[in-house]
Parts: sequence; C-alpha cells; structure tokens
Amino acid sequence: MNVNDDTARSHLDRSNLDRSNLDLETPEKPYLDANELIINMGPQHPATHGVLRVILKLDGEKVLGTECVIGYLHRGVEKIAENRTYTMFNPYVDRMDYVAAVSNGLGYCEAVEKLMNVEAPARAKYIRVILTELNRVASHQLWLGTHALDIGAMTPLFYTFRDREEILKIFERYCGARLTTHAFRIGGCQYETYAGFEKDVKNFLTFVAPKIDEYEELLTTNRIWLERTKHVGVISGADCVALGVTGPVLRASGVQWDLRKAQPYAAYSDFDFEIPIGENGDTYDRYLVRMQEMRQSLRIVEQAVNAIPEGPIMAKVPKVIKPPVGEIYHSIEAPKGELGYFIVSDGSTQPYRLRVRPPSFVNLQALDIMVRGALVADVIAVIGTLDIVLGEVDR
Amino acid sequence: MLNSFMSYLGSTVTPGEAGNQFWALIYVLIIFTGVSVAVICMNWLERKALAHFQVRLGPMRVGPHGLLQPIADALKLMLKEDIIPAEADQFVFWIAPLIGLLAAFTVYTVIPFGPSQAVSDMNIGILFMLGVSSLGVLGIVVAGWASNSHYPLIGALRSSAQMVSYEVAMGLAVVSAILMTSMNASGTGTLSMIGIVQAQQQQGVWFIFKFFPLGFIAFAIFAIAMVAETNRAPFDLAEAESELTAGFHTEYSGLRWSLFMLAEYAAMIAVSSIAVTLWLGGWMRPFPNLLHAPAWDFIFSLFPGITFGGLAAIAFIGTARMPSHSFFKIQRIGLAVFAALLGFLALLLLVIAVAGRSADASLAARFREGIDYVYWFVLKVAVFMYLFIWYRATWPRYRFDQLMKIGWKVMLPISIGVLMLTAIWALVEPPLWEWMRAHI
Repeated sequence: MNVNDDTARSHLDRSNLDRSNLDLETPEKPYLDANELIINMGPQHPATHGVLRVILKLDGEKVLGTECVIGYLHRGVEKIAENRTYTMFNPYVDRMDYVAAVSNGLGYCEAVEKLMNVEAPARAKYIRVILTELNRVASHQLWLGTHALDIGAMTPLFYTFRDREEILKIFERYCGARLTTHAFRIGGCQYETYAGFEKDVKNFLTFVAPKIDEYEELLTTNRIWLERTKHVGVISGADCVALGVTGPVLRASGVQWDLRKAQPYAAYSDFDFEIPIGENGDTYDRYLVRMQEMRQSLRIVEQAVNAIPEGPIMAKVPKVIKPPVGEIYHSIEAPKGELGYFIVSDGSTQPYRLRVRPPSFVNLQALDIMVRGALVADVIAVIGTLDIVLGEVDR
Repeated sequence: MLNSFMSYLGSTVTPGEAGNQFWALIYVLIIFTGVSVAVICMNWLERKALAHFQVRLGPMRVGPHGLLQPIADALKLMLKEDIIPAEADQFVFWIAPLIGLLAAFTVYTVIPFGPSQAVSDMNIGILFMLGVSSLGVLGIVVAGWASNSHYPLIGALRSSAQMVSYEVAMGLAVVSAILMTSMNASGTGTLSMIGIVQAQQQQGVWFIFKFFPLGFIAFAIFAIAMVAETNRAPFDLAEAESELTAGFHTEYSGLRWSLFMLAEYAAMIAVSSIAVTLWLGGWMRPFPNLLHAPAWDFIFSLFPGITFGGLAAIAFIGTARMPSHSFFKIQRIGLAVFAALLGFLALLLLVIAVAGRSADASLAARFREGIDYVYWFVLKVAVFMYLFIWYRATWPRYRFDQLMKIGWKVMLPISIGVLMLTAIWALVEPPLWEWMRAHI
C-alpha cells in the first residue's frame, strides 16, 4: 500500500488504544482474590534492552494490558543542543542511538548542511554511505543477537558479536572510536580514508556474507523459532502508518517506505538496491526483513566502495557555523526507522531549538497494540523485535 | 564389624538384597560423592562445551583451563550472605531447596550401575524412581510460593504445569518399555531396574531397537519428556531468564541457590540414568551376547583405561600448547599434574583390567567387572549430558502454551499409540513365530 494514501490513516482501531478503563497501578480486588496480576517488568530486567519499564496487567500468562514507563535514561540531549554550538553538539547525537551512532551523525550533519545550504563533496558522500551502511549491518547484528537471546537462543548472540567486531575495527581504524564514532563533520568528513580502507571493507564483505547465511541456518527454518515468532506481535500496515511507526517494522507490515528511496539523501540515488518488505507484519516477517536488509546494505557498500570518487572530502564551511535564520526538518533512514532532526536557527552559533524524531521512541508506541492478548513470553519477543535503544527513546 | 564388612565381598547381589546395612551405607556414600563430583564436572564441562559452541573460551583463569572454576564458584556461593526476603515464608523458603535436593538424590538408591552395583534392587524400582523424581516439582512450586514475589510465582506455576503434563507421556513411554520385559518364556515382566537390564540381556537386544521402530519412538518420547521434566532448554520456562529474570529461584542466593543447581544437575543425571537403564542396556557393554568370548571381555575391559589415557593425552597436549611465558608457569605445572593424575588413573585401570582378566570369582576379577559395568553405564549417561548441553546451545525456548500443546496434543497421543502397538505386537509375535516354525 502507499503511505501517502490518506484513507489508510483512518483505519487505526482506536478502541484498541483506549486505556481509560485500565487502571494499571491499583488492582480493584484484594491481592489474594484478584485474578489479575500486575507485574512490573523493568527498569532492571534482563530483556528490556536497557531501562525500559513495562507495567503488565496479566491474567495468568495472558497480557491484558501494558503501560510503558520511560525516562530512566533521560539526559536532556535536546536542551543541551541549545547551549552548544552546532559543531560542539555533533558528538552528542552519537550518544542517542549508540549502536548506530554513524547514522545519527549523518542525520545531524545533513540537517545542518541543509540549513546552511552547503553540500558535501561526492567523495565525502560515498564515505558516509559506506560507513552508514556498515553501521546498519552492525546494528541489525546486535538486534539479531539480543532478539534471539530473548527468545532463548543463546548462540546467535556470540556469532553476531564476533562478526560485528570486524565492522567496529573498520570504524576504529577510520576515526579512532568504535561505538560513538563522531565520524562526520558538518560539510563532509574530517578524516580521509586510511590506507587499506577499501581493502578492509571488501574483505569484510566477503567475510560477512556467509556469516549471515550462518545466522539464518540457525534460526530461519528452526521449528521453535517459527512457532515463537510467526503470528506474534502482529501489526497492520495501516496501524503502523497511523502510529508513525517506521523502519523495518513498517516494511514488515507490507508498506514499501524507505527514505533512502523515497527521498534520497547522501549518495543513495546512485546505488541499485531493493527494499525488502514483509506480508504479515509479525515478528517473523520483521526478522526476515532485517536479514534481507543486511544483505542489501552489503550490496550498497559493495557498489559504493567500487565507485568511490576522488576529490575533496570537505565542502567550504566557515570556521564558525552560523546558519541563516530559519528552520529545517531533515530525516534519514536509520537502522531502526526514520530519524529526523528539526532545527530552528535564530542566526546565532547555537540552535534556538533542536528536536529529534527518534525512531525507537515512536516505534515503542506500537508495543501496546502488538502485545494485547498475547502471552508474557510474547512481550519479550515484541520488545526485541521493535529493536529499541533506550538511549534514543529517552534522549 | 569386620565380619559384616567381609561377608558381603563374595556376594553377587546388591547390599539391599543381601541385607547388609553397612555396605549399603558405603554404597550410599560412594554414590552421593560420585554424583556430587559428577555435578561439579558437569558444571565445568557445560561451561566449556557451551563456550566452544559459541566461539568463546569459557573459564580460563581459575586453574588451568578453568579446571578449578566450579570449586571457586562453590566456595563463593557458600560464603555469600544468606538472604531470606522479609516478606517470604521463612520456613517454607528454607526447606524448598532441600525438598528438590532430596528428591533428586533419593532416586539414586535404585539406579543400577551394575548387576550388584546398586544400593538396593527394589522390585518396584521404576515406580519408585518415577514417583520420587516427580517429587522434585514440589520443591520448585514451594520455592516459588514461599518467595512471595511475582516472577517466582509465575515460574513455579509454569514449572508445575509443565512437569505434571510431561510426567504422563513419560510414564506411558516407560510402560511400553516394561511391556517389552515380559517377552520371555514365562511371560512375566519386571519393574526392577536390574531386572529390566537383565531382560534386555536375555532377549539379546537393547529396548531402543526392540519392535523397531516402536522402541525407538518410546525412547524418543522419554528423551524429550525428560528434558522438560528437568526444566532444561528448550523447555526451561520455569527459569526463563529473559522473561522471568530467574524464574522460581529469583529470590534465592548463595548456598540455597546452589542447592537448586545441584538438584537440577543431579536430576538430569538421574533421568538420563533411567533412559539408559530402560532403553540402552544399562551397564551392558556393546554386543555382550554376540562377542562373548573371554578375549572380547578382555578387549572391552581395556576401554576405561584407554578413555582415561586419552583424557590424559589431551591434558598433556594442552600443557605443551600453553604459552611459554613465565606468567603461565603455575598453570602449566597444574595442568601437567592433572594430566599425570589422569595418566596414573589410566594405568591403574589398565593394570586392573590385566590382573582381573580371568573369568573366575577372584576379587580382582570381580573388581574389574564392577569397573566395566560402571564405565559403560557412565559413558551412556555422559552422552545424554552432552545432548543436554547441545540442546541448550542450539534451540530457542518454547512458549508456555506451545509447551502444553506439545505435551498433551502430540506426545501423549503418540505415547498411547506406541503403548497399544507394543502391546499388540507383544501379543501377536510369539504365536506368529510358532505358526511360522510349524508351517514354513
């Protein structure tokens, strides 16, 4: 279906979202009499991916309702932005989605560039694409490992971490940092690629392709995996659109929407790749979509690294960045969905207001309608499949 | 005292049957120590094997290749503060791990490590075993209830439902094996654990291959049910760490927690022993009827020595491959000593095998026989232990409703079907043979 179709937005079943008759904090009946059990999952829980707190209302194992409590990792990133210059704020964005820091940096740098009417040189764009796509693979690997661990398969976690290490090594050689890379600058890249960068990337491509098959061997046709993920946490495309859910979760519900194709940024229009979509919008489809996305990312990286142009890596940017008065919204396709930056400039060296549209935060809204009526174990599976990072949810 | 000590030595029955309480006590002590040591070894092996499945090294620091890690862990757990939550039911909280432990260890009284290598040969051995091992669930339920906390409660509910459901299929699979014991001239079966192994010897077939494929299906059902019964992956819902933090033992720590772990591993060994006894010929070496010449006896009796020799060789290779840096000096020496110890054991076993090679009733020959029985039994159990680890490394966890569905809708009908087919086969086969002999 097409995302621009306005009728799709009206299909959201509001009764599903109505929480007025659900008073989660106080059970009506005395403890021993109550059929309902209120349990508190998190903020310290092995499977809530950080400090998410979910209050579950249970009837035995069945989930009657959920309530997400967030904010345990709130650091006031948006407020910090108002007190930093544009350049100084750049490293902070890496700390939001710390497993996909490169994407965060790309989104921010492009937003400020757009505000200043500057365009990064072609070589810088290619380097950006290569690193961002590698980061997408790393992010999906981390998601796969933790998701499988949540569902009880321990081994994929170690396989994915072993292979993710190779990506982090490339990052480390490129910019000195492994996780919070701060790889890009406003106007391009600070660092030229190191000697042997292209060889490293090509080696990685040949190294990781069979490894992805290896993960799939362990899980894709595994009976238990199928039973645990098929028809679990189903969400329709219309619901996704109405809730603003983006990324692999949206695509697994059959909506072909990827900002890399829909409104190409960086150098994505130069590359040939497909957008994998699912049909049923269940956990298994989201798994398949992400596995396919990893392969597509490798395709993009391969094309980019073979066609990387020569030239400067920085555009002409003044030493002190003072964008003209105005506002800008720029979004990119981060591994978890649409990552947007809304910047209001008053013409000074600091943003007047900076608002981040984090994919994890928006996607987390879907948790409630995905797990209503499911079992406790499904809540864990759905939290895993939403692929949230609490650093980004709380900012 | 000395008299009662010596009088049993020539006997060929279990101390329980001989009425010798002194030797029964010694057997109990040996088995208790043996199982505890096995649990410690299992702990180390599981961590190492699991680590190697998962491309990592596992414990490497405490002792050479982490050999002392289980001991260090045990010490740590014993020294930890003993916490009983304020809201918990103190007495029940205190007694719950002991119930589990007691159930797990009591089972070993009837497990036959050899024709006379058991504490007692009860004539209702298998019933006793199933009954006592299912008491283990009580410890878990009570622990979850006494903790007075949500996650343990859900864990306990899950585990009780799970164990009760799988007990049914398990029991029916066991009955079909017991039916097979009656396939002899007199037509009477047995419930005695020793009797079941002897029946396999008389019929010249392990029950896993009997009435093929019925024996195998019954065995497979038991093998699945026993994983569920011991709460191990992929059926480890009771302690599903990603869902219920630690399930029924969330509130437990220190020594009490380690008692739960001890009980879990002891129960794993116990159910594996039942499977080995019922379907895999118990203590019997491969082909005892086909290769029965004394020469074969001698060759097979070399196996324990060879096994330990192999382990010693692995340890020696490990020593040689250790880094030659002086940091590793102590570890190298430790591993070399361990290898030498294993080598010494291997030598000892070989000496016993050679000294006891005559088939007479001398003490050395009896001793050699006993070692053989225990060796083959433990080897078969060890295969199951490895499978437990392998399952854990490979499979995701089932969801609660799926677990129940498999138990009641798949395993139960199959096991009933197998039981009925086995009974029909057992009824039809002997007359059929008669008829064929008469007419063909």
